[in-house]
Amino acid sequence: MDVILFTFFALVAIVGAVSLVLQKHPISSALSLVSVMVALAVLFLLLGAEFIAAAQLVVYSGAIMVLFVFVIMLLNAGAERESRKGGLAQFLGLPLTAILLVFASYVITQSMSNAKAVKFGAFTGGGPREVGWELFTRYLLPFEVTSILILIAIAGAVVLARKEID
Amino acid sequence: MSQLLPPEFFTATVPLNAYLILSAILFAIGACGFMFRKNIITIYMCIELMLNAVNLSFVTFSYQFGKVDGQIYSFFVMVVAAAEAAVGLAIILTIFRNRGTLQIDEIDTLKN
Amino acid sequence: MDFILLSILKTAIAAPVLLGTLAYLVWIERKVLAHVQLRMGPSRVGPHGLLQPIADAIKLLTKEDFIPSYVNHVYYWLAPWLALMFAVTAISVLPVGPIVEIFGVKTNMGQADISIGLLLILGLTGMGVYGIALAGWSSNNKYSLLGGLRSSAQMISYELPMALAIASPLLIVNSLNLREIVNGQAGHVFGIIPNWNAIGGLQIFSFIIYLICAFAETNRIPFDLPEAENELVSGYNTEYSSMKFAAFFMAEYANIITACSVATTLFLGGWHPIIPNELGGQFIPTLICFFFAGVLFYHALNPARPSDRLSMGVIGAIILGLGLLFQVPVVKELAQPLFWFASKAGFLIFVFIWVRGTVPRFRYDQLMRFAWLVLFPAALLNLLLTAFVVAAKSN
Repeated sequence: MDVILFTFFALVAIVGAVSLVLQKHPISSALSLVSVMVALAVLFLLLGAEFIAAAQLVVYSGAIMVLFVFVIMLLNAGAERESRKGGLAQFLGLPLTAILLVFASYVITQSMSNAKAVKFGAFTGGGPREVGWELFTRYLLPFEVTSILILIAIAGAVVLARKEID
Repeated sequence: MSQLLPPEFFTATVPLNAYLILSAILFAIGACGFMFRKNIITIYMCIELMLNAVNLSFVTFSYQFGKVDGQIYSFFVMVVAAAEAAVGLAIILTIFRNRGTLQIDEIDTLKN
Repeated sequence: MDFILLSILKTAIAAPVLLGTLAYLVWIERKVLAHVQLRMGPSRVGPHGLLQPIADAIKLLTKEDFIPSYVNHVYYWLAPWLALMFAVTAISVLPVGPIVEIFGVKTNMGQADISIGLLLILGLTGMGVYGIALAGWSSNNKYSLLGGLRSSAQMISYELPMALAIASPLLIVNSLNLREIVNGQAGHVFGIIPNWNAIGGLQIFSFIIYLICAFAETNRIPFDLPEAENELVSGYNTEYSSMKFAAFFMAEYANIITACSVATTLFLGGWHPIIPNELGGQFIPTLICFFFAGVLFYHALNPARPSDRLSMGVIGAIILGLGLLFQVPVVKELAQPLFWFASKAGFLIFVFIWVRGTVPRFRYDQLMRFAWLVLFPAALLNLLLTAFVVAAKSN
């Protein structure tokens, strides 16, 4: 069961990610990204991170991506045009990313020799209670700092997006 | 129903490395998109994809060590991503209002 | 029994019931609206128009599925089913009764019993906006696009006060599992006032805020700006016909059912009776059924139309039998919680229809101002007060 679920949702995530990069229209890209996020939410559940999985659904696919879709629809900018001005990234990008990927996989397989096997239900410490407890005891300061960050972000977004008042 | 299926169907496990490699693959795809795409919004979504890939790594390590800390980091990543989306999309709106385009290589008035 | 087999069995029971409820909700809505406006409502197909939903279904199934030439085909196809899928999936985690034992099998009355049930419902209903936004965008029509845009902005705005309103009863019951939330509201204060979050828990403000937000989340009057017919033709579903239109319609009603069931679970004590069982709470379902049966028998004896003599009598007899069923020992365990849950959720659905018949539509800027300047601060204040009270109690 674990293997089937992992394989299916990992494939969904990879296909969605490739489709995000290849699609020409931003709306198609946004929907591909939503499918990646939903697939990742299921993988989080398999890893026992219940709260993070739910937050992934609520925050990422339910709020952030809706905002993206909203802005794409609002601007109605149409599909991306081809342009020749690529530069260095166009030639070196793909080989370098491939090297990064191979290197990362090598390091992972070498250094994680004592890795556990993932079994759904083996780790149950990811519920809302446990996450909340850690968040409000050991991680209280970072938590408060992020709330200030969000406040600044709200103010910044309002200032940036409002029409000019002359 | 459960008698019809072999017992391995319920007991088989996934190696932890598979999750980490999936995370690396997603990150690499996101990085590729970041370099090759020309639409600001798509580039932005590629950044979100990379953040998601990193989140998967964090949660996987949280499983490995049996501690909730990794999940807390990914929670912070989500919060920062939300703040970033609000500001970033506001910037994109302003750019589109001023320049009428989302092609990143056409927004080059500071060049030369 | 086997988990998979049990789940399939429960789905086989729940799915037809859900589809039937969706179909008859349309009939109920049309009837109630008609009576609010002093009309008859559907009355031609079958006695009292009771076969109207079947006629509607046949009409929608056999209608030509017209697709305009200028739409974006993939997303035009995808949108209605996406909306329906998320709306129906959210219902699967709702518990309608306690853990019961039938023929030696112990099971919960509900599809899935998971520890993050409420968050999952929030996530799934939040995803439902993609169906509407995509429909608006792919129709390639300015009215549809405006509807889709309005819908996504409205959903994001009202999700915030809704989440805050949900958070304050959660502080009291201290769980995200829907079953534990309901169990936390068991019992009665002073032996008579129900210990529900909206009444005994003093969360009446968050209950009202939640209900208002639910109107906006389900795109209902007075917040049905995405499909405001006198400004946007029909909003996001202007270009849809036949089964795709029906899918949007069913998604809207499924969302109403979800919103009302969540309100029942969170604020109205789920399946717990309004009067304690020691004071005769278990006889209330029977008494209510007897009352309705009596009304129907009276109309059968003094018929307004000749056909009423038969139809009212038969329906009255059915309801009388239903009332007796609530006292049969084995069935009682199942039927009583179901009755309480259904009657509370049903009352809230009736409120939805009632409001549709009485309240005019908001203007769009009023809608946004109301969310951000009234509901959001009110929900925040309520959450703060609740947090203080809970902290003071626990010390």
